[in-house]
Amino acid sequence: MTNWDRFLDSFFNARVAAEYLPKIIEGFWLTILLAACIILAGVAAGLALAVLRSLGIRVLNWAIIFVVDLFRALPPLVIIALLYFGLPAAGLSLSGFAAAWLALSLVLMAFTEEIFWAGITAVPKGQWEAARSTGLGFLDTFTLVVLPQAVRMVIPPLTNRTIAITKGTALASVVAVQEILGAAQAGVSFSFNPTPLTLGAVAYLVLFLPVVILGRWVETRFAWKR
Amino acid sequence: MSAAIVEARGVHKYFGGLHVLKGVDLAVRERELVFVIGPSGSGKSTLLRCLNRLEEPSDGSITVDGIDMLDRRTDINKARQRIGMVFQSFNLYPHMTALGNVALALRRVQGMSRAAAEARARQALERVHLADRAGHYPGQLSGGQQQRVAIARAIALEPRVMLFDEPTSALDPELVGGVLQAMRELRESGMTMVVVSHEMGFARAAADRVVFMDGGRIVEEGPPEAIFGNPQQERTRAFIGQIERH
Repeated sequence: MTNWDRFLDSFFNARVAAEYLPKIIEGFWLTILLAACIILAGVAAGLALAVLRSLGIRVLNWAIIFVVDLFRALPPLVIIALLYFGLPAAGLSLSGFAAAWLALSLVLMAFTEEIFWAGITAVPKGQWEAARSTGLGFLDTFTLVVLPQAVRMVIPPLTNRTIAITKGTALASVVAVQEILGAAQAGVSFSFNPTPLTLGAVAYLVLFLPVVILGRWVETRFAWKR
Repeated sequence: MSAAIVEARGVHKYFGGLHVLKGVDLAVRERELVFVIGPSGSGKSTLLRCLNRLEEPSDGSITVDGIDMLDRRTDINKARQRIGMVFQSFNLYPHMTALGNVALALRRVQGMSRAAAEARARQALERVHLADRAGHYPGQLSGGQQQRVAIARAIALEPRVMLFDEPTSALDPELVGGVLQAMRELRESGMTMVVVSHEMGFARAAADRVVFMDGGRIVEEGPPEAIFGNPQQERTRAFIGQIERH
């Protein structure tokens, strides 16, 4: 057996691939479910924090900045481990899925808050002044004039960060979630052949390439007409 | 002579330790066009922005159309509808069409239906000769057109007085004419206007009164021919001289 054959047998073994493909596909859907839950919760919470922060209540802002910096500084895997292995000691057990979801949502929330906040502060002061001078109140000015501009500005970094965090769903394999990587690793252990990992990599590509392309489309779609 | 519609008395404004307005009194009568000139940093824009409380005066009193602008109990959003403002940098909302820019406050502040607000917005755009640009976004309009949309946005609310903060300073020279024309027509319709600007030709032709500010104070005021032709104060003379040389 030449090295080339050995390589093919290890990574592109048709028999192993056929056997574990269904598990990988199951993992694929689980990854999508987990990612969707993270994006929904993380972006919504991040936006909510950014909105709260624009109210300019000092004590509240300190709290927001503390939480945001905390979850930006901690490695996501550490948060997952703390929630999954640590919380039971406090009498609260989370499933692997819930722990991964909560941990990654908190991280995405932290980064999203910073991104939205940057967008909100990047809207020129003149926009506030123009709106307020026509008699619009703070809330109308914020929601109808400032926020739509901020959101358009932050679509590119937001897309990038969202993709980065959802790729972190692979970390859930550590807490026994059979998402793509978890399913692939299980396949490797049972078959003594790394081909399931190849399948996993392909599954990630199938999942994220369209997302990346969709991100591009969203960026152009949301650009202002010029 | 009608009563003052805008009345500022003893207005002071500090930015931190910087004393920008040092006791300014300004009264503007109904249908009057008051032109405020002065070197940069003289406080003229700050004064204008105090009139609709975009800046909070540190001391003094401001009354517009009988409303005490500095009273805590005054509904400032309601009061501001009577005071249109046009900015140097236009400040149109880039994510809305010209029509959307003009209609927004009509819908949200005056509570009009979409149809009524858009009809009124269209009328306002017609007054600045931009009815055919209603569906354009600010980025698709020239600077002069953008400023005229900004004027339409302000006059659509049917304000009692209009404030112009260097409305042509950000424009290429060939675009200034259209904006001045819109202002001239507004003036002819009887609008009360306070204009901070360096357009001396326009001041000579259209202003009822010219106010010269320097160092946070009103140095001299009078009819344009007096201020430009025969200024009494040394500082006014120096400033007018500098302007004329250009």
